[in-house]
Amino acid sequence: MLIAAPLLALPVLALFAVLARRAAWSHAVVYGGAFLAAVALLAGGLDRLGGGGPTALTLPFGLPWLHAHFRVDNLSALFLVIVNIAAAAASVFAVGYGPHLPDQRRVTPFFPLFLFGMNAVLVADDAFMFLVSWEFMSLSSWLLVLSDHTRPETRKAAMVYLTMAVFGTFCLLPAFGLLAGAGGDFTFDAMRMKELAPASAFLVVLLALLGAGSKAGLVPLHAWLPLAHPAAPSHVSALMSGVMTKVALYGLIRILFDLHGEIGWQWGAVLMVVGGVTAVLGVLYAVMQDDLKVLLAYSTVENIGVVVIGLGLALAFKAGGEPALAALALVAGLYHALNHSVFKSLLFLGAGAVMSATGERSLGALGGLLKRLPWTGATFLVGAAAISALPPLNGFVSEWLILQSLFKGPTLPHWAMKFGVPVVGALLALAAALAAACFVRAYGVAFLGRPRTAAAAEADGNAVTLGMRLSLAALAALCVWLGAAPVTMTNALSEVVRPLTGIEVPVSADLGWPWLSPAGPSSGSYSGTILVAMGLLLCGLAVMLVHRLGTRALRVSDAWDCGHAEDIPQTQYTGHSFAQPMRRAFGATVFRARESVDMPEPGDDAPARHVVSMIDPVWDGLYRSLGRLVDFLADQVNRMQFLTVRRYLLMMFATLVIWLLVVAVRQQL
Amino acid sequence: MGQISYEVAHLLGATMLMAGFGLLYQRRLYAVLNTFAFQALALAAAAAWQAHVQHAPHLYVTAGIALVFKGMLVPFALHWLVERLGIHRSVDTALSIGWTMIVGVVLVALSILLVLPVTANAAALTRESLAVAMSVVLLGMLMMITRRNAVTQVVGFMALENGLLLAAVSAKGMPLVVEISVAFSVLIAMTLFGIFFFRIRERFDTLDLQYLETYRGDRQ
Repeated sequence: MLIAAPLLALPVLALFAVLARRAAWSHAVVYGGAFLAAVALLAGGLDRLGGGGPTALTLPFGLPWLHAHFRVDNLSALFLVIVNIAAAAASVFAVGYGPHLPDQRRVTPFFPLFLFGMNAVLVADDAFMFLVSWEFMSLSSWLLVLSDHTRPETRKAAMVYLTMAVFGTFCLLPAFGLLAGAGGDFTFDAMRMKELAPASAFLVVLLALLGAGSKAGLVPLHAWLPLAHPAAPSHVSALMSGVMTKVALYGLIRILFDLHGEIGWQWGAVLMVVGGVTAVLGVLYAVMQDDLKVLLAYSTVENIGVVVIGLGLALAFKAGGEPALAALALVAGLYHALNHSVFKSLLFLGAGAVMSATGERSLGALGGLLKRLPWTGATFLVGAAAISALPPLNGFVSEWLILQSLFKGPTLPHWAMKFGVPVVGALLALAAALAAACFVRAYGVAFLGRPRTAAAAEADGNAVTLGMRLSLAALAALCVWLGAAPVTMTNALSEVVRPLTGIEVPVSADLGWPWLSPAGPSSGSYSGTILVAMGLLLCGLAVMLVHRLGTRALRVSDAWDCGHAEDIPQTQYTGHSFAQPMRRAFGATVFRARESVDMPEPGDDAPARHVVSMIDPVWDGLYRSLGRLVDFLADQVNRMQFLTVRRYLLMMFATLVIWLLVVAVRQQL
Repeated sequence: MGQISYEVAHLLGATMLMAGFGLLYQRRLYAVLNTFAFQALALAAAAAWQAHVQHAPHLYVTAGIALVFKGMLVPFALHWLVERLGIHRSVDTALSIGWTMIVGVVLVALSILLVLPVTANAAALTRESLAVAMSVVLLGMLMMITRRNAVTQVVGFMALENGLLLAAVSAKGMPLVVEISVAFSVLIAMTLFGIFFFRIRERFDTLDLQYLETYRGDRQ
């Protein structure tokens, strides 16, 4: 009830948004309604997560021979929580943010529909409802991406996104078909019961990985993500990046851990490698970006990679006969999914606040915003620290747990895994370090230093309205809480993974609350709670001592100016200069980055220019050659339009004869 | 009775098949037309025999249609057309005669391989006739694609249609209306082909289809 009613209210809200689109107040009503629905769904999810077995519901609609099945188990409930935390925050944010949009009438009606689609995917319990909801989610978010359709790059992004969405569903459809088998029973219950033949078991995993992976943004299927996520309005970007990718992961987990019977350890290895490559490449892209939202989108790619490493490790442990370690890795992955949805929503909403205050999203045009936008600056700092995996925030806990479970890799029976797991661990560590560098750069260039443009210097703090501030602050507080009370979370998560791995993992069993000790009492333990408490205590002590002992005299003087007497903002570190060492170290191989100096002819008074050329290995290597192949095939097929009558007859004749031959040969067998 | 009816039906079917090979073998246009007329006569005889064997009087109508339209009207009309248009009277082949024959034999083998196992439960007569009919159809198609001249293509089409009719009369219980509609559609097709011959000849002074290619506007 707590889930069904708000779910049904969302399409009604969308209808209302269309009917009342002329009234200025309708947007606030719709977003308010979406907030209430999200809170109700969140409460429903938390309630279910608290205890009780799965609840199922069958409704008599959908396909004629198949009723619509819905079911909420712990996994669905967890993802309901993940989705609706961010949805509630984005709805509150949107009340104040909407009026800044070029035409919010193109955004408001689809926003509740998007929420509806994502939530419906989570509660679907048959393949038909799942795919319909999945497409609903894809298409409504596509329309949201397209809301600013006057810009050509948005249209391109939407086109690429639509293509990838279609590709994803195109892969998922046969995956479910194979899971259902010849009997054609599309309920998830029937799929759980079914034993798969080796060939179809292989194909199901491959197709699920391609289908859900393209939506989640796994390399090399991530190409749409950094185009489409930033093109949408910021509160939608927050949901697409923070939440929709999680719904894709939900699909992956549902198929791999729940519906599919047995999966070999090789698939775990594949997932780990894909995850590791995704994490490193994603953050390498991110660290070079100048556009704040594109940077955040690439960082999403990285975090999805981190989660997928956890999932792959869980698969490998499960197949290797270590259910407890599988549960640990899965808990770590799910924890990171939850955390990422919180801090990525926070960062995207922060980017939205920056955009509404300055109208800029290029790092090169920002700077010194902390003074003018203290709320946004402070909360963005929390988000940036969390995503950089700094203790005591939430990002640290989940990445630490994933690393801890990676350290257990050598207990796996296969030598490939014994040696491979540490490599993936190294990739993960590299990605985490680069992510920290990336966000030091993003935060430092955007919020610290001096303003680089007039837009940044005149940033309007009032444009960040109360609703926006509240939602930012709530998410930031959640980042701290998820980091400070990790044991509560891991206990809830181990309930979630129990049906998937067959075992409950008490991550804090050895040392008791509030200590996390996944690797046993002696080899590694962490307590966010104590860390936060001690930190607060020490900070308070330090502040008290400073105020007690320090002098109250106040002296205002110039900042140290590095010897530059003139006050030119251009002399500061820029985003490009900060990224240069990393571009030289990694970009030269990965992106074939080349630097050249473009000197004007003698006598020409144009300035000399530093030019950097980079090649996107995925886009140019994979997608362009794929495009060329399609063009080539189309050309070949095109020739068939200009044959003689006799040749056409010949083709028909040949086709007929070939099929007759096939029939004849099959008869002989 | 059973034995002799089977033998005669088999003989008539085989005659049609031989006529089909004959069509492929001829190098002269008039000979092609004569062979086609012969094949149609064999078809008429086969239909009449089936009418007699199956005690199905409506098949006599089919036989009559085959005799009048395909055995006489169509060959005479084509004769007249060829004479009237002064068409060059040799057959222009895209694939040499020898190779055409070889491919024809392969196609016959294929249809026998295909039809006999599929119809294992049917009567022997039907099985043989179906195999022969299918071979005739395939030979007609082969003729359409290996001959350049428009007249020979029309003849190939008609031969294909003969094969269909043979299949139709061999299977019991084929309603007359189907055969009549087939016969009429063939007549209409014949008329259309005739008109097109005149139009093509008027414009391009040839019936060789490869000259038409150069006039196609949609070539890039």
